[in-house]
Amino acid sequence: MKLRYFLPCLLIFAFLFLSAHNIRDFGSPTHSEMDTYFLRNAQEQTGANNVVSAVLFDYRGLDTLGEATVLFTAISGVLIISKTILEDDNVDVKNC
Amino acid sequence: MQIVFILSMAVIATGMYACISSRNIIKIIIGLGIANYGVNLFLVQLGYKAGAIAPIFTHAQSLPMVLPTPQALTLTNIVISFATTALMLSVSLFIHKKTGSLDIKEVGGLKE
Amino acid sequence: MSKIVRTIADLFFPFVIVFGLYIVFHGHLTPGGGFQGGAVMASGFAMYAISRRIEHKALSKNIFSIIESLSLLMFAGFAAAGLMRSFFYNFLANSGLLFGETVLFGSNAGVLNTGGVIPFMNIAVAMEVASAFAIVVSCFILISIYKVDK
Repeated sequence: MKLRYFLPCLLIFAFLFLSAHNIRDFGSPTHSEMDTYFLRNAQEQTGANNVVSAVLFDYRGLDTLGEATVLFTAISGVLIISKTILEDDNVDVKNC
Repeated sequence: MQIVFILSMAVIATGMYACISSRNIIKIIIGLGIANYGVNLFLVQLGYKAGAIAPIFTHAQSLPMVLPTPQALTLTNIVISFATTALMLSVSLFIHKKTGSLDIKEVGGLKE
Repeated sequence: MSKIVRTIADLFFPFVIVFGLYIVFHGHLTPGGGFQGGAVMASGFAMYAISRRIEHKALSKNIFSIIESLSLLMFAGFAAAGLMRSFFYNFLANSGLLFGETVLFGSNAGVLNTGGVIPFMNIAVAMEVASAFAIVVSCFILISIYKVDK
């Protein structure tokens, strides 16, 4: 545990500690109109009992679309890099 | 009851310490993963309501429900952290193949 | 891996896949959904691939890449199909068609035939996540196989 690594980390933790200490109490979230609206209207508007699914795929669908795009891009990168590594070893990557 | 938030912040700070103190690339990736877990924990704690049930109406009791939006964001974050971890691991495999080392002091190219 | 591991993996593989499909298809009624069910199915694929690793076999990556691209297109297509009102409009909910039954407010027993486009999007996301996990696992297994050979 070197001091020059530990001190900046302690500084970061001090900021995080202050922000966590000044936040509202645990277990009593402030009044949120958006979440109240979701809980009240999700069943008749989307027909799904699971409100988390309704938020993911209906109300905040663009989030999920961006997440699927990030996943697709990252997997494309993994495929390209692994193909490069295997071709350097003269492995036939056509059928695998 | 602020101790729960402070503990998740301690998890994030632990991950950051692992990131900046170690030289091995795999350990840096592990530190990023620990920080990610802290962020997920904090997001779930933000939506918790005391004495509430999960926001699912199938056979639900008539009790208040926790906030659904932080849970959806946590789900998104988990999948994105998986994708970035897989990409970082394959890049570290490539670095190990090109330079024969995983120590960031010996890899070079990042020094200038 | 040894013969015991291969036998047990072959025995458990269909059960893991069926459990993942159950989580996906009940994603709008019970805890779970596309991501979680896809991860369960991908763990089944990973178990199969790791148990067959000694025979120098990995999962076929090409078929999984095709499935991933098609499922992303399917997700965006169901999102764009609601463009008569807005992007990501749930045009099947409360319409009386497939997955279009009306559900009343409050606690109920849960009918499978509800949810509008949410079950279709669950299936698309599950296929994408499962194939992504399987691609990563098969890539790393291929690299480890040929590292061991060298």
